[in-house]
Parts: sequence; structure tokens; C-alpha cells
Amino acid sequence: MSNIVFERVSRQFQRDGLQFPALEDVSFEVRDREFVAIVGPSGCGKTTCLRMAAGLEFPSNGNVRVAGQTVTRPGPDRSVVFQQFALFPWKTVYQNIEFGLRGKGMAQAQRRERVTRHIELMGLQGYDSAYPHQLSGGMQQRVAIARSYVLDPGVLLMDEPFGALDAQTRTVMQEELIRLSRVNPRTVLFITHAVDEAVYLADRVVVLTRRPGRIREIVDVAAVRRTENWDRHERIEEVMEQPSFVHLRTGIWRLLREQQQPARL
Amino acid sequence: MTQAVLSRREFFRLTAAGFLGFFGVWAVLAASGLVQTLFLPSPLEVAGKFFELTQKPFVGYTLQQHLLSSFGRFAMGFGLAVVIGIPLGLLMGWFRWLDRIVTPLFDALRFVAPIAWVPFAALWFGTGIGGPVLIIFSGAFPPCVINAYRGARYVEVRYIEAAQTLGAGHWRIITEVLLPGSIPSIVAGLRVSAGLGWQSLIGAELIVASSGIGYLMVKGQSNLSTSTVMSGMIAIGIVGFAIDLLLRALEARIERRGG
Ligand SMILES: Nc1ncnc2c1ncn2[C@@H]1O[C@H](COP(=O)(O)OP(=O)(O)OP(=O)(O)O)[C@@H](O)[C@H]1O
Ligand SMILES: [Mg+2]
Repeated sequence: MSNIVFERVSRQFQRDGLQFPALEDVSFEVRDREFVAIVGPSGCGKTTCLRMAAGLEFPSNGNVRVAGQTVTRPGPDRSVVFQQFALFPWKTVYQNIEFGLRGKGMAQAQRRERVTRHIELMGLQGYDSAYPHQLSGGMQQRVAIARSYVLDPGVLLMDEPFGALDAQTRTVMQEELIRLSRVNPRTVLFITHAVDEAVYLADRVVVLTRRPGRIREIVDVAAVRRTENWDRHERIEEVMEQPSFVHLRTGIWRLLREQQQPARL
Repeated sequence: MTQAVLSRREFFRLTAAGFLGFFGVWAVLAASGLVQTLFLPSPLEVAGKFFELTQKPFVGYTLQQHLLSSFGRFAMGFGLAVVIGIPLGLLMGWFRWLDRIVTPLFDALRFVAPIAWVPFAALWFGTGIGGPVLIIFSGAFPPCVINAYRGARYVEVRYIEAAQTLGAGHWRIITEVLLPGSIPSIVAGLRVSAGLGWQSLIGAELIVASSGIGYLMVKGQSNLSTSTVMSGMIAIGIVGFAIDLLLRALEARIERRGG
């Protein structure tokens, strides 16, 4: 069982000697094998939430638990795809993807097989020995995703993982992620700006208010997906045409629109 | 003024002009009779001596043999400084408690000039190889530590965080993140370290050795042979320059690879 629980979590940051609240009283759960997306205006604390689940940041108040344990440090049971990839520039594509596996006491042959499979999965064939700076932004992002997937973690934490991809590649990745999570469902906390993406991928969507982030609403997508049987469609655009999809998406759009600052000229 | 990049040819022309100017002034000064030959031998005289020293042993060895023995000591002291200094610097960059313990001590000792170790070097090692090695080490060590430490501290946090979330422990973070991330800083440190080490070597040999370039110079001085002393100085300059060139090439190669 690997669920993620945020219990009355607040987080302040210190800037110029002043306390700035970034998150206030945030409570929600990502149940075991559930896919939860967080959407919200820029700077509302989405990355901060994810970092707290990863053990890279800690709540000022409240409690974050993964699999029942309060998070005290990072670990390979919770794989992170960072907003800014954070690939090791001094390692090749292959070495980057292999990095986490090497800590697992796995035989070389088995490691090779898994790394190679994920290189193919991400369409990176032929780039095994390239260095990150020799890749496009989208390719770097795919390496970063492969580096997490390859560990087969119980919990996957993804911070706008498809942000740097072109529309077509993004669609492929989204469909791939859906496919993977049907074959092998896992607990995912997924951050995005794109409402479409959130509704397409997630079981539930957490909508945060603008800074300091509070929970505005938690939208249950899974129920609609089941009753409307979205999964019968292979392609993302078919799902997105469904009236039930459009309805949910528009609803979330409205919630986000409320959060916009009044335009200043 | 614009800092235009010099072409290779221009670079060599200017370098040659610098040397020519230097030797020209020296030759004129020596020939003018303003300075006694004993105090300032002419370039030609020094060149002759230099050649003679490469052929005929002086105080037991030829110039090449003296150089070789100096270089051996240098390699040992410098090598030791690298092998101890870089890991220590990286460890200090990672473990805050080690940083707290070592840094104040190190900051104080760093200001003790290598030559100040001579009495202890002589006391502990006599004229054995340990003395000069200790002195070179004390000169070459600080830049190794400082640059590895700085390099480690300036490695971007996101790489460390990525490694941690991928399950890396202290050892893998130090060897696979901090070390490669600080290579540019470390190599820059090696250049400074080699320079200081080579300089302190000569100082060490002036006092605690029975061979080597420094020793040759002391003996030249006591024989009132200023051209021998100058030959030694030239040899030091050439070898020091060669060491620096080598490390600079290494630096350039790493920079290119880092893209
Ligand atoms: N280490 C830090 N020190 C100070 N302030 C911070 C720190 N990290 C985050 N903040 C602040 O907390 C707030 C939330 O940041 P966070 O990165 O979580 O936003 P976000 O929702 O991920 O934004 P975006 O969508 O632009 O990525 C921001 O106002 C940011 O300035
Ligand atoms: Mg963010």
C-alpha cells in the first residue's frame, strides 16, 4: 500500500526576513494506485507540494505521509520527474537512466535489459551514448521520465513532465502514461498547467487557489470516466470530444479563471 | 579596449617579441659595463654555461639529473597533495560537520608559507626525500582542498536532489555527483597547486637537499658562479612553464568536453 496523505499542510518561506505563506492548510489523499493531478496558477505551491512528498522539502505545519510513514527524506520508492529535468550533464543517456538501478543490487545483464527497454519505450534509440546537452529539450524530458519509470517505483511524482514537449510528442507520452497505468497502476502525483491533460490522465484533480495555495476543489474524474467509458477510445482526441470530458474541463477552467488576478494595465 | 581573440600566429609573434625584448635589454645592460659581469652575466655566457651544465656534472650530477631529481620530489609532493587534498575538499563540501572542524584549522595553517616548514622538514627527515616532499606538499595542498571544496559547494542542488531521489547514498553522491560536478574547479586548482608546489620545491632544495636544481643553485652561488645560478633559474622557468602548459591543455580539453 503506497498512498500519499497531506494532512493540514502549511508551508511558509522566508524572504527578506519576512514569512511568506506558500501553502495553507492543504489536506488531500492520493490513494494507493490512484492518479491525482494538481492544477493551479503559477506560484501557488504545486512544486512545493510535490517536493514535500519527495522528502526534499518539509511542511511548516501539518504532516505528509507516504505509505503511512511521515516523509523524512528522499528515496527511490518515490521517483521524481523534475520540472527542470535535472539530468546529470556528465553522464550519458544510458548512464542517467541506469543511475537509480545501480543502487538496487541488480545484475548487470538485467540492468542492461531494463535500461534498453526504457530507451526504446521513450523513442530514444541510438542516443544511448549521447550527453544531455546534445539532446533537444523534449528528448531530455523523455530521458528524465525514463530515469524514473525504470525504477518501477510505488509512487511516481511528476512535475509538469510533458511541459517541454511538442504537441504530438506530448500526446504520445500521455497515451503511453495511460497505457502504462492500466497495465501497472501505481500511485501518481502529477502536476500540470494543462487542464486537458489533468482531466485526461487523472482519477481526481486537485484545484489550488492562487498564492498562498489552498484547496479550491477536488474534482472526481474517475467516476465520470467509468460511467462514460472513456477507456473504449484509443486516442486522446476522441476522449477530448466527449461532452462529459468537455463539461469537466470547462468546470475546472472556470475554477482557475476565478483565481486570476484582475488584469492591471 | 576590445578583448579580441588573438590568432595563433599573432599569439606566437607577441610571445616571441616579449622574449626577444627581455633578452635584448639584458644583453645591452650586460654589454654596457654598467653592471659587473659577476653580478649580471651576459645572455651568451649563461647560454654557454647552461649547455656546459647539461654535458658536465656539477656537484655530482648533470643539469638533467638535477632536474630529474627535483621533478621526482615534485611529483611525490604534488601527487600526495592531490590524492589527499581533493577527497578531503569534496568531503568537506558534503559533510557540514567536517567543514566546521577542518576549515578554521586549515584557514590558519594556509597562511604559514611552505618555507616555514623547513626547520621541521630538516628535523624530521634530515636531507632525505621526506623533507622537500613535505614542503612541496604544504604548498600544493591548499589549492587542491579549496578548489575541490568550492567545486562541491557550487554543484547545483537539483543534481544532488535528483541523486537522492534515485536512492544514492553519501558515497555515490560524492563520487558520481560532487566529483564530476567540480572537475572544472578542481583542474583550475591543480594549476595553482602545481605552480605553488614547484615554487616551494626550489625553496626546499635550497636548504634541505643534496641534489636537484635548488641545490645546484646554492652550490653555484657559493662558487660565485652567477651564470650557474641563472642556468638553474632558466631550467626552473622552463619546467614550470611546461607543467602549466600540460595542465592548461587538460583544462581546455575538459572544458571542450563539458560543452
Ligand atoms: N526555497 C524557496 N525559498 C523561498 N520561496 C520559495 C522557495 N520555494 C518556493 N518558494 C515560493 O513559494 C511559492 C510556490 O512555489 P512553487 O514552486 O511551489 O510554485 P508552483 O505552483 O510550482 O509554480 P509554477 O507553476 O510556476 O511551477 C512561490 O511564490 C515561490 O516564490
Ligand atoms: Mg512548479
